[in-house]
This record gives sequence, C-alpha cells and structure tokens, in this order.
Amino acid sequence: MAASLHIAGIRKVYGKGDKAVEVLKKIEIDVAPGEFLILVGPSGCGKSTLLNIIAGLEEPTEGELRINGKDVIGVAPAQRDIAMVFQSYALYPTMSVADNIGFALEMRKVPKDVRTKRIHEVAGMLQIEHLLDRRPAQLSGGQRQRVAMGRALARDPQLFLFDEPLSNLDAKLRVEMRAEIKRLHHLSGITSVYVTHDQIEAMTLGSRIAVMKDGILQQIGTPDDIYRRPANTYVAGFIGSPNMNFIPGKIETAGENGKFVFLGGSLDIVCPDAKEVTLGQRPEHIHIDPNAPWRGEVVLVEPTGADTYVVVKTSVGLMTVRVAPNSIMKVGEQTGLTVSSRHNNWFNAQTGVRLV
Amino acid sequence: MNAKHLPRVLIYGVLLIAAFFFLAPLYVMLATSFKDADQIRSGNLLSLPTSLNFESWALAWSSACTGVDCRGLKPYFVNSVIMAVPAVLISTAWGAINGYVLSMWKFKGSEVLFGFMLFGVFMPFQVVLLPMSQVLGFFGLSSSLGGLILVHCIAGLAGTTLFFRNYYTAIPKELVNAARIDGAGFWRIFYRIVVPMSTPILMVTLIWQFTNIWNDFLFGVAFSGADSKPITVGLNNMANTSSSVKSYNVDMAAAVIAGLPTMLVYVLAGQYFVKGLTAGAVKG
Repeated sequence: MAASLHIAGIRKVYGKGDKAVEVLKKIEIDVAPGEFLILVGPSGCGKSTLLNIIAGLEEPTEGELRINGKDVIGVAPAQRDIAMVFQSYALYPTMSVADNIGFALEMRKVPKDVRTKRIHEVAGMLQIEHLLDRRPAQLSGGQRQRVAMGRALARDPQLFLFDEPLSNLDAKLRVEMRAEIKRLHHLSGITSVYVTHDQIEAMTLGSRIAVMKDGILQQIGTPDDIYRRPANTYVAGFIGSPNMNFIPGKIETAGENGKFVFLGGSLDIVCPDAKEVTLGQRPEHIHIDPNAPWRGEVVLVEPTGADTYVVVKTSVGLMTVRVAPNSIMKVGEQTGLTVSSRHNNWFNAQTGVRLV
Repeated sequence: MNAKHLPRVLIYGVLLIAAFFFLAPLYVMLATSFKDADQIRSGNLLSLPTSLNFESWALAWSSACTGVDCRGLKPYFVNSVIMAVPAVLISTAWGAINGYVLSMWKFKGSEVLFGFMLFGVFMPFQVVLLPMSQVLGFFGLSSSLGGLILVHCIAGLAGTTLFFRNYYTAIPKELVNAARIDGAGFWRIFYRIVVPMSTPILMVTLIWQFTNIWNDFLFGVAFSGADSKPITVGLNNMANTSSSVKSYNVDMAAAVIAGLPTMLVYVLAGQYFVKGLTAGAVKG
C-alpha cells in the first residue's frame, strides 16, 4: 500500500537567541501515493534535516507532518513504518547479510520461517542470494549498497527514505544502482523521498523534484518542469549540466518583435514586458553562427562523446554552447552566437525570479 | 661491520639493556624462590639455583605465617578473586553503558557530565579515603569484601567510561539511526549492535581494571577487615612478619604468586590490548 506524505509549515531552528540558525523555513510539500520525490540542493540547504524529520530522527521546531493522513509528530521512528537507506549504508558490521536484512523483521517479532522466506525473496530481487552468509566487511561497495536496499525493502514499509545512497559509489556503479533503484520503485510502488545533491540523479529518478536552498523550497515540479521552466536563476543554474548561460541586459522593445540589448551585442527575439532582465539559455538552445553579430572567442572545446561543448568568451561572460560532436572548432577561433527564438528563460535582474 | 650498521647496533644494544633492566627483578624473584636457605646464604643474588626447590612455593601458598596465622597466602588470594572478579565485571559493564549513553544518546549537559567524570580519572584516591569510609559505614559495608567491590567499581568507573565513550564516538551515528528505524530500542541497540562491536575495547578495559584492582594496595589496606584482606595486603604483612630467619625464598615465591593472575590475564587477552588501544586511530 503506497502512502501519501503531507509536509506543512515545517520549520527547524537550531540553537537559541542570537545564535539561532533556521535551517528549514516553512517547508510545504505534498507527496502523492507512489510518487518518487527528490529533495535536491547544495550541501547545507536543509534537505537531509528534512529527511531526518520525516524519519523521526529529529523533531521539527514547528509544523505538521502526516504519513498516510496520520499525524506522526512525536511518533518514534520505528512506529512510522518507514525504511531508510543511508549514505554510509549503516550495515550492522557484526551481523551477516541475512541478519542485516532480517533485523527489522526480527524486531517486529516476525516468526523465523516467514522471516527467512522474506530474506530470500528480497535477496532474489537484488541478486545477492550468494552473499547472505557474508559479513558487510567482506562485500564490495556496490554489494553493500544492495544489502542496504534489501534491508529497506524487506519490511515492505509505507515510505522509503534515501539519504544520498549513491554518493559513495564510483561513477559506473552509480549509474547501475540508479537504474536498479528506479526498477525497484517501479516494482514496489512504494512512496519514496530521495535526497541527493546530484542533479542527474534528480532528473533521472524523480517523478517530482523539490529544489532547496538555504532552508527554502525554491521550486517543486516534474523534472521536465524544473528543466524547462525554472522558477528562478538559482534553480536554473543548479539543474542542468553544463550550467545554463546567463546574459544580463536590458529590453529595448517588448513583444513579438522585441529587442534585447546587452554588453557587446543584441538579440532580436520575443521579449517580455520588463526592463532590467537576465536571459537564461541552456547550452543546447544557443548556437554557433560564424556570421552572427554577437561575437566571441572560443576558449575551450570539451568533447563528451555524444556532444561537444564549446565555451565562448563574449563581452557579457563565458557562454557554453552544445555543438554536434563532429564540428571542428578550435581554441582561439573568433565566432558568432545566436539563440533559438523559443526556449528563452527570462528572469528579473534584481530578484532572479522568473518573468514569464 | 661498517658505519651503515652502527645505528642499528646501537638501537638493539639499548633495547637489550632495557629488556635486561626490566626482566632482572623477575629473574631474581624466580631464581631466589627456587633456592633453599643454604644457596641464598652462600650464593650470589644473580646466580642460578643449583637445584629446583618447590618447597618455598608450597610454604608461601598454604603454610607461611603472618603473625600467628599460618595459613599462607591462600585466604588472601581467595579474597582477591572474590573481590576482583565482580568488581572488574561490574565496573566494565557500567562503563560500557555510560560510554554508550555519552556518545550515542547525548542529552543536554551530557558533555559537561563527561567532563566531570574525566576529573575522576585524574583525582588522587587518597582524597576520597575518609569520605568513602563514611559512605561504607552508612551502607554497613565497612571492612567487608562487598565494600571493597563497591569502592573499586566507583573508583574504576571514570576510567572505564572514558575508554568506552571514546571508542563508541568513532562508531557512526547512522548505525544507531538505522537500528532505531528498524525498531530496536535503547537496550536492544546496545546489546545487539554496539556490544558485539566492542571486543577490542572490552579486552582493554578488562585487563586495565583487573590489573588495577588486583594490584591495589591503598583501598585494600584502608577498607578491609581481618577476614577480607586482599592479596597485596596479605603479601605485605607476610613479608613484614619478623622471625629469627628471613626466608627470602618464601617471600619471593609469595610475590610471584601474587603477581601471577595479572600476568595470566595479559597473556590471554594481551593480543587484544594493543589492538584495542590503537583501534579508532585508523578506520576499520
């Protein structure tokens, strides 16, 4: 049974008086049953604190928290019917893999035969049946990660919590386990909250993403929403790799046949009704055009295989441009830049808030 | 030999001298204990016994006289066992629980509390002799083995708490959080997860406490009664009992008997001692 999660007005303050630090400022998130919510943000943004509050490992200073409609403030972690996967895996070092997976069931007084059956079921799902008798110290990083997943899966909880579970793995394993987590979520359909600082994990895993910064929820939406219509310059810069290009400037003419002027160039594009703005352009929406009037010098060429990224130095700053992998660009070359007429992200120059 | 080897030779030379210096008393004790009275009188302190003579060991154990009481060291040895075993176990278990709370279940003021407990490690025990005797009197435990056990438990608590607290601080907090979510409570986490991880520090603490309690003289002489003297006090009294002839061989045998249990504990658990002292310094 998938459960819903209701987070309303959650605040968390550490310390008292002058030294008080507010790490969560009125967080409001509703997670539908079966959803995979990603909490993403830089370190210190409060995402892990929020996860710990959901788990019951920390209590919020104020606010409301409901799992499947039931108020869980003040309820012990064990009674919240949740399972959590930790960054360090937190496997019990003196127990075998089987005992690690079965520990939560044992604590809930599940009879031994049922427990053994469930352990084998879960181990089968994760392809770790041959490891059941081993100790965590005898496992590789990827195997430990699987055991940690197995421990969470064994109890069939209402809610899965993940605290940066892939951060300790190497790049290849990370991609593999990412797919595994997605498959398991599909299989179990259990509502999940996943904390990460990796925006690729966020984009690939999440059914919705909540971007946080300084204890404030910046934007919540589907990966597509967040990527295409970032709510502010912070979200726009955080999500997407390489980063979005930002061009500060002035709108001279608003409307269909608008004109956007900036240091060292101008663009004839559809402009919103505003004055001081920042134009955000993803690397794939900005193009090399040797004849364009907006000029710059190529300072870096980064082939990644599928795409090549070219960094062009212009008067308003460095612009990253995605080009076809076979294009021949040389460092030091003078070139011109244009932008697509669609896919323009306009932000208020002062507040950074999205305009359209 | 050339100049390249000189530092090495120097190092080994110094080490050998040091080893000889520390082992010499043990050798003298053992050698003397196996000599008979004639050999002691005629021979050199460092000379080997000409024959193995176990008589003095038997005398020391069961019939040497302390004053008019000629039952040897045996009753004192038994007293020390009755005192040391429970005192070691209780103070170690108590310290483990304290360390567990002070490292993994921190509460407001727990650091200050730990600071005060640390104070106990450095406090000279002479300071507490008088108040402690009052406390023992209040509980009706004066001059009894029960009183000595209590004194040793309390005196050792600061040290054992420090050992366990520092060892447990290195255990990641996530382990406790995982167990809490899995449904284990305070005690369950302690004996299912934390205690099984504690073997090295447990050995360190057991050796430490056993050595301290077995070798203690101050509390033994201050708080024991006629029937509850530990072996250190017994040995002292036996060696100080004046008779016409000083039987060095019996005194030496008695001294070795008194020291034997601590040596045995080192041999049995010593391999964990070094491991435990260095554990936590390196991860793993």
